[in-house]
Amino acid sequence: MKNEGLKANEVDYGKLIINADWCKGCGICTAFCPTKAIVLKNEKVTIADIDKCTQCGLCELRCPDYAIYVGRKKNEQKD
Amino acid sequence: MSKKIRLMQGNEACVEGAIAAGMKFYAGYPITPSTEIAELSAEKLPKIGGKFIQMEDEIAGMAAAIGASLTGLKSMTATSGPGFSLKQENIGYAAITEIPVVIVDVQRAGPSTGQPTSPSQGDMMQAKWGTHGDHPVIALCPSSVKETFDLTIRSFNLAEKYRMPVLLMMDEVIGHMREKVEIPDASDIEIIDRKRPTCSKEEYLPYKPEANLVPLMADFGAGYRYHVTGLVHDETGFPSNSTEIANDLVRRLVDKIEVNKEDIISWEEENTEDADIIIFAYGCVARAAKTAIKLLREKGIKVGLFRPITIWPFPEERLIELSKKTKMIIAPEMNLGQMVLEVERLCNKHTKIERLNKVNGEIIYPEEIIAKIEGVL
Amino acid sequence: MPSQLVDQYFRADKLPQIWCPGCGHGIITRAITVAIEQLGLDPDKVCVVSGIGCSSRAPGYLDFNTLHTTHGRALAFATGIKLANPELKVIVIMGDGDATAIGGNHFIHTCRRNIDLTAIIFNNNIYGMTGGQYSPLTPKFDKGTTAPYGNIDRTFDICDLAAAAGATYVGRGTSYHANVVTSLVKKGIMNEGFSLIEAISGCPTYYGRKNKKGGPVDMMQWQKDNAVTVTAAEKMTPEQLEGKFLIGEFKNKPEPEYTKEYQNIINNLQGRDV
Repeated sequence: MKNEGLKANEVDYGKLIINADWCKGCGICTAFCPTKAIVLKNEKVTIADIDKCTQCGLCELRCPDYAIYVGRKKNEQKD
Repeated sequence: MSKKIRLMQGNEACVEGAIAAGMKFYAGYPITPSTEIAELSAEKLPKIGGKFIQMEDEIAGMAAAIGASLTGLKSMTATSGPGFSLKQENIGYAAITEIPVVIVDVQRAGPSTGQPTSPSQGDMMQAKWGTHGDHPVIALCPSSVKETFDLTIRSFNLAEKYRMPVLLMMDEVIGHMREKVEIPDASDIEIIDRKRPTCSKEEYLPYKPEANLVPLMADFGAGYRYHVTGLVHDETGFPSNSTEIANDLVRRLVDKIEVNKEDIISWEEENTEDADIIIFAYGCVARAAKTAIKLLREKGIKVGLFRPITIWPFPEERLIELSKKTKMIIAPEMNLGQMVLEVERLCNKHTKIERLNKVNGEIIYPEEIIAKIEGVL
Repeated sequence: MPSQLVDQYFRADKLPQIWCPGCGHGIITRAITVAIEQLGLDPDKVCVVSGIGCSSRAPGYLDFNTLHTTHGRALAFATGIKLANPELKVIVIMGDGDATAIGGNHFIHTCRRNIDLTAIIFNNNIYGMTGGQYSPLTPKFDKGTTAPYGNIDRTFDICDLAAAAGATYVGRGTSYHANVVTSLVKKGIMNEGFSLIEAISGCPTYYGRKNKKGGPVDMMQWQKDNAVTVTAAEKMTPEQLEGKFLIGEFKNKPEPEYTKEYQNIINNLQGRDV
């Protein structure tokens, strides 16, 4: 999957985009993720199971450091 | 073209001068003996589309004046001793953020509440060192009503030209005295406006100095969207922890005045050519000095006057020159010796220096100056 | 596309912010930019003013006309800006100590004046930047570095204070309820007058640690568990509300706005129709 708008250090997981450089590992996004699609690993947020992600946006809403955000919505994902 | 001649008070002349200079915003808090400046600004500004606001305290008055200037309006506040103390932190803010603003201090006797309706020159050193840290200072000191008009215009011009707070150090006598003022035609008044950027937003560096060490200033709202902070900052305006940048910034702020001293410094001399004795006096005391000089010269005593108009920066070079050919400098001040410290620092090697100080809330009379001079001769 | 919001409204080259891990301030700052985005404000005409403290670092990360002023004085600077140029949308960000202790006088008088500013107080119950001293919002008996035996001061209720002093729009959200903050800020910006939004924020580093409130997640959980919306509270008993706090819109009572009133004076003096 190609995303030309990505910033350096951002990783596109399809439904979610993560910038681990900005993540301070506070754990808020993972704690309040309703489907547990994300997890903290070595004090950085990463994907646990992307299939579980419903793109509800709560991680983006509550990330104090803008290190995670919702990628293109399903209906926008066509190549 | 008919010249307008009017009888007015010093505080009124200050407002007239401010409006002639382009003042469009005033924020302040009432304090004796400066209140007429606020009252007249409140009356006159809305008539010309300007804005006046009485804030909740002196600190807020200073802050609002600075905020307004950032949007491009020429802005002023006026106060007296206790209020001047309260404004100091935000004066320092205007200095480091390089926001033009004029602060009028109609000096009254202190410390603290002191004698609110009595004149004083007790804030002269506070003008220089009142806010913490090293910073540039321009302070002007009128000694007549007409000069209050002229120096208020000059205060705005210097504030705009050098992007900094400029202090107009009046005193209660000058503020409340009434004199004839000839108001020049607007076309005869030199008005200086801050230099604004013409480059693109991307190219604009809000704190990159021009050749005269002064950066270009964009109005908030004009599309440049930059950051202003009282923290040490680099040319982009953003905070920096670099020791080098801190050093460069503070030195540039102070050098801005140093390298432009010749443009800023002014003084008046009277009968100094042949003077054996020079009276160093400023503000309303210079008026008593002039009378004393006249009376002493009638007695054959050769006395002259050196009157700094810019108290800060101090007219050092000329005073040193004069001190080399004079037997004595006498420094009457309505304080316990403030500007005389500069005189002593600069002229001690060359001549004898005598102080004459008064802090009872009264003006210094010509007779007192005469008695002092005759006493030391 | 990367986060359009950050791209459009933040100075991304200044990120990440200086705030501690789990500090609620970043969440609230984002919530404010969402409000600006939803209102479609012209960034060139938005001015964000702050005082001193942790919260006051927010404007530096935002791509508007931004002013980081002196401690407690943000509202006074903002008043000068707004009166000088009423076409600017002026948003003021302050901390709880900044706004209600050193800036308390400016706070009540700005409420009274009803000038069109939107102030957001990031309330983390502590002076964070200076290392955890108690503020006027540190709950009684809680600890701060200057209240080692427990704080004996009573607290302000920021929203009650603002409403009583004359603010015409008042509401409260939390960093957990970031969408509530967005909606309050939006309505606050739309209100022609002084709007005050209290945004409860977690300070895990100082307030949380000093008072054994747990980490960032625990503090967010506390907000979630103890916030009660105004509408829900109407159906609850005083016993049920014990230890809870209200969120939502508390006051929305437009009154004549200061800069407009001043413009009326100018227009009258200049003989123009109002």
